[in-house]
Amino acid sequence: MKSSPYIQTDENISRMMLAVIYALIPGTLAYVHFFGFGVIINIAIAVLTAIICEVSILKIRQRPIKPFIYDGTAVLTAILLALALPTLTPWWLPALGSAFAIIIAKHLYGGMGYNPFNPAMVGYAMLLIAFPKEMTAWIPAETHGLSFFDSLRYSFFETLPAGVSYDALTMATPLDSIKTQLSLGYTLDEIHSTNSQLFGNIAGYGWEWVNVLFLLGGIVLIFIKVINWHIPVAMLGALAFMAMIFNFSDAGTYSSISFHLFGGAAMLGAFFIATDPVTAAVSNRGRLIYGAGIGVLVYIIRTWGGYPDAIAFAVLLMNMAVPMIDYYNKPVVFGAIDKK
Amino acid sequence: MKLWKIFGGLKLKGNKSMSMKHATQDAPLPKILTLPLKQHIGYAAEPCVKVGDAVLKGQIIAEAKDYISTPIHAPSSGKIIAIEKHRIPHPSGISTDCIVLETDGKEQWLECKPNANYRQLEANEVRNIIRDAGIVGLGGAGFPSYIKLNTEQTNAIDTLILNGAECEPYITCDAMLMQEQSRKIIDGLNVMRHALHAKQCVIAVEDNKRAAHTLLVNALHEHEAEYIDIIQVPTLYPAGGEKQLIKMITGKEVPSNGLPLNIGVVCHNVATASAIADAVLEGKPLISRYVTVTGEGVDHPTNLNILFGTPFSDLVDLCKRNNKAEQFIMGGPMMGFEVSTDNIPVIKTSNCILVQAKETKTEFVMPCIRCGKCAEVCPAQLLPQQLYWYANAKNFDKVQDHNIYDCIECGCCSYVCPSHIPLVQYYRFAKTEIYALEQEKKKSDIARQRHEFRQFRLERKKAENEERKRQKRELLKKVNGDKASNDKSSAEDAKKSAIEAAMARVKAKRDSQSITPANTDNLTAQQKKSIAEADARRNKEQKES
Repeated sequence: MKSSPYIQTDENISRMMLAVIYALIPGTLAYVHFFGFGVIINIAIAVLTAIICEVSILKIRQRPIKPFIYDGTAVLTAILLALALPTLTPWWLPALGSAFAIIIAKHLYGGMGYNPFNPAMVGYAMLLIAFPKEMTAWIPAETHGLSFFDSLRYSFFETLPAGVSYDALTMATPLDSIKTQLSLGYTLDEIHSTNSQLFGNIAGYGWEWVNVLFLLGGIVLIFIKVINWHIPVAMLGALAFMAMIFNFSDAGTYSSISFHLFGGAAMLGAFFIATDPVTAAVSNRGRLIYGAGIGVLVYIIRTWGGYPDAIAFAVLLMNMAVPMIDYYNKPVVFGAIDKK
Repeated sequence: MKLWKIFGGLKLKGNKSMSMKHATQDAPLPKILTLPLKQHIGYAAEPCVKVGDAVLKGQIIAEAKDYISTPIHAPSSGKIIAIEKHRIPHPSGISTDCIVLETDGKEQWLECKPNANYRQLEANEVRNIIRDAGIVGLGGAGFPSYIKLNTEQTNAIDTLILNGAECEPYITCDAMLMQEQSRKIIDGLNVMRHALHAKQCVIAVEDNKRAAHTLLVNALHEHEAEYIDIIQVPTLYPAGGEKQLIKMITGKEVPSNGLPLNIGVVCHNVATASAIADAVLEGKPLISRYVTVTGEGVDHPTNLNILFGTPFSDLVDLCKRNNKAEQFIMGGPMMGFEVSTDNIPVIKTSNCILVQAKETKTEFVMPCIRCGKCAEVCPAQLLPQQLYWYANAKNFDKVQDHNIYDCIECGCCSYVCPSHIPLVQYYRFAKTEIYALEQEKKKSDIARQRHEFRQFRLERKKAENEERKRQKRELLKKVNGDKASNDKSSAEDAKKSAIEAAMARVKAKRDSQSITPANTDNLTAQQKKSIAEADARRNKEQKES
C-alpha cells in the first residue's frame, strides 16, 4: 500500500526537457539564418546517434527503454552538443561527439541522474581536443551562400560547390580572431576597424542575434520555473564583472562587457548548459557560487588560456567542484539553534 | 497584525467546497460502537468495565494509565459485549484491544458536572477536568491536551494560538466547526487561556475560509475580549503545521529539538478548544467529533458529527457510496494514510475520511535529477534530495547529519518531484531503520554491560577465594611455625595436624548434627516383626551362599 502523499504534480522530466528544447528554438533559428543549414544537419545527426546509443546501452544495462527515451534528456544533450559545433562539419563529428556524450559521459557513470559531468560538454571537449582543426573552422555569418543541399553534401561527402574552396569559406569566430590578432600585437580598436564586417554592431555579426535569442529563451525558462535564475545570473554577472574590471584598466587589450556577453556562447552556456540540474550545485547559495565560478573561469580561459571560447572547460571544471560546493552550502534548517 | 513569511510550501487545489454545501448533522446512532484503547501517542487506556456491564453515555469505560494517556468514555448508553482485538485505523492495518459497546438507543447520559465559573478554579483543576474528559489534540496527532496546557510556571506563555488553518485539501471539518460553533471555540479559548495564563491569544484561519473568519469575528464581538486576535493567514500548504503557523504569527522559530513552549507559545486546534468548552462549561466528555466524509467515491460529501466507535462503512454508506469507492484514506491526501478496509471505527484523531478510486496508473519512478524543486518547497528547509540519496544508500549517519528529524513528513517534496520519487516514504523508512538500529544498540549495550559485570564478578570471586586461601595458609604457617622451629619434620607434622584438625571438624560437625537413623524409632509391632523376618531371611540366604 502506498503511503502519503496521495496527490502529485503533473510535472515530469519529459515536460521539463521539452520546455528547454522549445526555448532553444529561437536561438537555433537565428543560427540557421546567419550560419546556414549546417546546424540543422548537425542536430539531426547528433540526435539520431544519441537515440541509437541510448537504446543500445539501456538494452545492455537491462533498463526499461521507453521511460528513459521519452524523458528527452538524451535528445537535449545531443541538441546542445550540436549547437556548440561549427556549422559546416563532416557528419562524423556530431555523431562521434554525441556517442561519446551518451555512452561514456552519461551511461558509464550510471546513466541519467548519476553523471557528474555535463555529457554534452564532455562530448564537446573530447572533440575539441581530438579534432582541433574541424572544431575551430566556422563559416562567416550570412556570406557563405550555401544551400541546404550544399551543407548536406559537405556533411557526408566533404565536397563543396564548384568554385568554392573550404579555406575561403571558413574563418575564425570573433572571439578567435581577437585572440589571434591580439597575440600579433594589434590593439582592439585596430582589430575591430579592420574587421568591421565580422564584429557587427555590438559583439560579432550574427553572434549578437543568436545570443539575444538564447537569452530570451532562457528568460522564458526562468519565468515558467523550469530553471532557476541563480546560475545564469551569477555566471553572466561574474563574466561581466571580470570584463568590466579589465576593460576599465586597459581598453586596448581587454574586450568590452557586451562583447564577452554576446560575442560567443555565453548565453547558450548560462541558460542551457550550466543549468543542467544533474551536474550543478543544489542549494541556492551553492548555485550562485557554481555560476560565478563558471563566469570567472570563462573569462580567464578566454583571455589568457589556449582556447578561444571556454564554456565547456569552465562548466566541466565547476562540475568537479560541485560536491564540495554542496557540502559547504547546506541550508540552515528551520529552528536551528545557531540561527540568529 | 503583521504576518511573517514561511519558507517553501505549496499552493494546492483545495477541493473543499464539495463537502461544505450542507450543515453538519449528527450521524445516526449505530448498533455497535468499537472503541480502541489506544487512540494516540503514549499509553493505552485500561478498561474499567467488564463484559456484560451496562454503561451510561459519557461514563468512563477505560482509565488513563500513565502521564501520556487519556480515559475513554462510552459515546452512548448500552451494554459492553466484548473486549477484544479489532482492526483500528492505523497505516499498518493492525488489530488492537477495543471495547465493544452495544447501544440501547436510549442515549441516557451520566450526570454532567458543569463548571460555568471555571475562573474560580485553579489551573491544575481545569487541567484535570480536561484530562478526565479524555481530550486530545483533534487536529491530527492526538497528543493529550492537558499536557500541552501545563506550563509549570505562570506567565511562561506569551501567545496562545488556535489553529484553524486546515491547510490540507479536502478536509473541511474545522472550517464547518468554526462556522457552526464559533462561540464555543471562543469559550474554549478562554478556558485554555485561564489554564495557561497566556498574555494574548490568536485564532488563525486560512484566507480561503471567509465565512468561518467572519462568524468567529462576530462571535468575538459578543465576548469583548480585546486580548484575542482573529487573523487570516495565506492559503499555503502546510500553513497549518504547528511550527509553520507559529513562525507566521510570531516570527519565531520553534527550536529544532524543542517545543513551542520553549519560545513561549502554545498551539491548539480549534476543535480541541470546542471540546474543552464542552468539557469544562457543560461537563461533557469527548465522545464525538466533526468528520469530513468526502472524495469522488461518495455522491453526497459532507461533514458529520460522529460518535467515536462508529464504523467508517456506515458513514460512507450514509454519504452515498458509489462505484468509485475503492480506496479509503484517513486524513487528507498529503499526510493521511490509506486503510485497507472501511470496517474500522472512527477514533479521536479521525478528521477526514477520503473515499476515492484506486490510482490505476502508477508513474514510473525516474532517477533524481537534482533539480532541487523539493528543497524549494521544503518548509523545514532541508535538502530532500540529499536525504533521499543517503536514505537510499542506507547511510544513516549522513541522513541524520542532514537533519532528518526536522522533517515533518508534510509531503511537499514528494508532491513536486518531477521524477515521481516517493521521497517521504524513504524518510519514514530511514527513521524506522535508525530507531531499530538504536534499539539494537541499546540491547547490545545492555548485553555488553551484563557480560562485563559477569566477568568482573568472576574475577572478584576468584580474587576473594585466593585471598581466603592465602589467609588460611598464613594462619597454618603461623600455627605450625612455632613447632617447625624445634621440629625438623614440621611439614609432616603440619600435614598430620591438618588431617587431625579436619577430622576433628568433621566429627564436631557430625556430633552437632547428631545424626541417628530416624526411621527405626516408634515402630509398630507389625513393623518390628516384619523387620525381624527380613533379617532372618537375609541371614539364612547369606549362610546358604
